[in-house]
Amino acid sequence: MSDITAPAPAAPNPAPPAKSSILRMLWADKFATVAVVFLGLVLLCAIFGPLLLGDAAGGQNLRARNAPPFSLERGWLYILGGDALGRPLLPRIVVAAQNTIAIAAGAVAASFVIGAALGLIAGYSRRIWSEVIMRLADVIMSFPSLLLAVIVLYVLAPSVLNLVLVLAITRIPIYLRTTRAEVLEVRERMFVQAAQVLGASTFRIVFRHILPVILPTLLTIATLDFAFVMLAESALSFLGIGIQPPEITWGLMVSQGRQYLTSAWWLAFWPGLAIILTTMSLNLLSSWMRIALDPTQRWRLELGGRVNG
Amino acid sequence: MGSAQALPVNVEGAETPVMHKAVGKRAISSLLSLFGLVILVFFLSRLTGDPAALFLPVDASEAMRQNFRELHGLNDPVHIQFVHYLGDLVRGDFGDSLRKARPALDVVLEAFVWTLQLAVITMTLVTVAAIVVGSITAFRVGSAFDRFASMLSLVGASAPDFWIAIVAIVLFSVNLGWVPTSGTGTVWHWVLPISVLFIRPFGLILQVVRGSMLSALGSAYVKTARAKGVKNRPIIFVHTLRNAMLPVITVIGDQAAALLNGAVVVETIFGFPGVGKLMIDSILQRDFNVILAAIMVTALAIFLMNLLIDLAYALLDPRIRT
Repeated sequence: MSDITAPAPAAPNPAPPAKSSILRMLWADKFATVAVVFLGLVLLCAIFGPLLLGDAAGGQNLRARNAPPFSLERGWLYILGGDALGRPLLPRIVVAAQNTIAIAAGAVAASFVIGAALGLIAGYSRRIWSEVIMRLADVIMSFPSLLLAVIVLYVLAPSVLNLVLVLAITRIPIYLRTTRAEVLEVRERMFVQAAQVLGASTFRIVFRHILPVILPTLLTIATLDFAFVMLAESALSFLGIGIQPPEITWGLMVSQGRQYLTSAWWLAFWPGLAIILTTMSLNLLSSWMRIALDPTQRWRLELGGRVNG
Repeated sequence: MGSAQALPVNVEGAETPVMHKAVGKRAISSLLSLFGLVILVFFLSRLTGDPAALFLPVDASEAMRQNFRELHGLNDPVHIQFVHYLGDLVRGDFGDSLRKARPALDVVLEAFVWTLQLAVITMTLVTVAAIVVGSITAFRVGSAFDRFASMLSLVGASAPDFWIAIVAIVLFSVNLGWVPTSGTGTVWHWVLPISVLFIRPFGLILQVVRGSMLSALGSAYVKTARAKGVKNRPIIFVHTLRNAMLPVITVIGDQAAALLNGAVVVETIFGFPGVGKLMIDSILQRDFNVILAAIMVTALAIFLMNLLIDLAYALLDPRIRT
């Protein structure tokens, strides 16, 4: 009898590391540290940017049309130059961070939640549902997603919400398939069988026993996918079917700067650089998470920075 | 390595029963999802608006518009139009392009040949470069070259292609004047589009080659070969590479499929007359027949390419053939 009531032997995943240990592991990977700091900065810009610099970003000054960068003549707001209407580029980039990040975050969150939920159902139930869900994922995956996005956005109005919707739908299969594959493997493990024997409800098994095991994988994918969605959104905005002016994202800024390429390269260069730095940080963070959230790999970071790579 | 010589003969004999069944099954499911896509695009694209409003002058009379719609079969209810379309399709008629007043299929095939050339050249270069560089990095893990290569693939995965494209235009076309900014005509016109399309798949495939080679190099048969005194070069090219290629081929297939779908953004920027640019233009100008024909042609191409990938699998891995 004592066997059953005793805590499960060999805990499936060791207790999550304490906060200080996470910080130490982050510090062990200097690239990831820089990436996190930069992403924090972008997040601050996205949240507070429009409040602080909203007026400056919208103020037109025709004398500063296509003002060159690295000149403090017109004040520090013009340090990156001015755009075709004389609006300072730096505040515009800061303000545009809000839409850029909000759209990507919305799309990732929606596809994460829906995809993971469907994946849990498809993986844990052997019934017809599993089959239906997987075929649905196949259909979405076989569509050329950019084309679909173009048609849908052209039919509906290209608003922030529709953009989030289209991007979310095209990314659902990623989470769905990963979750299902992981669930199929985890459900056969001893601790799940033990929970079943103990009479735990399906709901409890799925959310308390299976989900925590696969969550790290999903979070790593979501980080990577955030970068992908950002690139997709900026490509759509660049093609002119994403966000419409006066709303602004980094992709749209690149697109608006394109016609002044030969005379004022900075119009398209800076917002593009913002995109690159953000997606690169997300990629670095994701590869750090892959190691830090994996109990069998974690020692690489706990030993210090020298062994990773 | 006696099995290597016997390979091509084996493939013909062993693949037939199982492979045919698999191919047939795949063809049916591909056809079904293509049919779904055609239905979706047919009805969605007709929601974008009336071509008559776009192709006739603003001051055209209602009678003229009516005439235009009648001429192009746009007057019937949408579901009737769809039945007509399917009927024509069965007879191999994809309809005419509104914009060019030519058979839609001709317009699409013309553009597709451009995209196909671009995709084949790019993927060939990417494959060769990624395998060579990836093998070297796997052999010298942690070296300066390895770090440089992973930095390169990180940048490739992070940079938006439209941004790389316009920065490249400013740098190499406008400032240095080495290559033309856009269009087609000479060999030089191909340099920038290929270079820009090269970057992302190269970084991705490089990482897969590296990881896959690393695990192959750590395996028992390589240790045995080393113990027998086999040199580095045969170990890479004879022993590991062939085993390491399986996951690599999957990624190559995915990337090639993306290119066959038309590199919309890159083709648009460089004014390259490929199928991606054609699709965007046709959507914006409500040239419905061309959109649908383009979808079907690229879907067929991707299906055929996936078959090739499966064949490559069978060639490389005898276990799959049985």
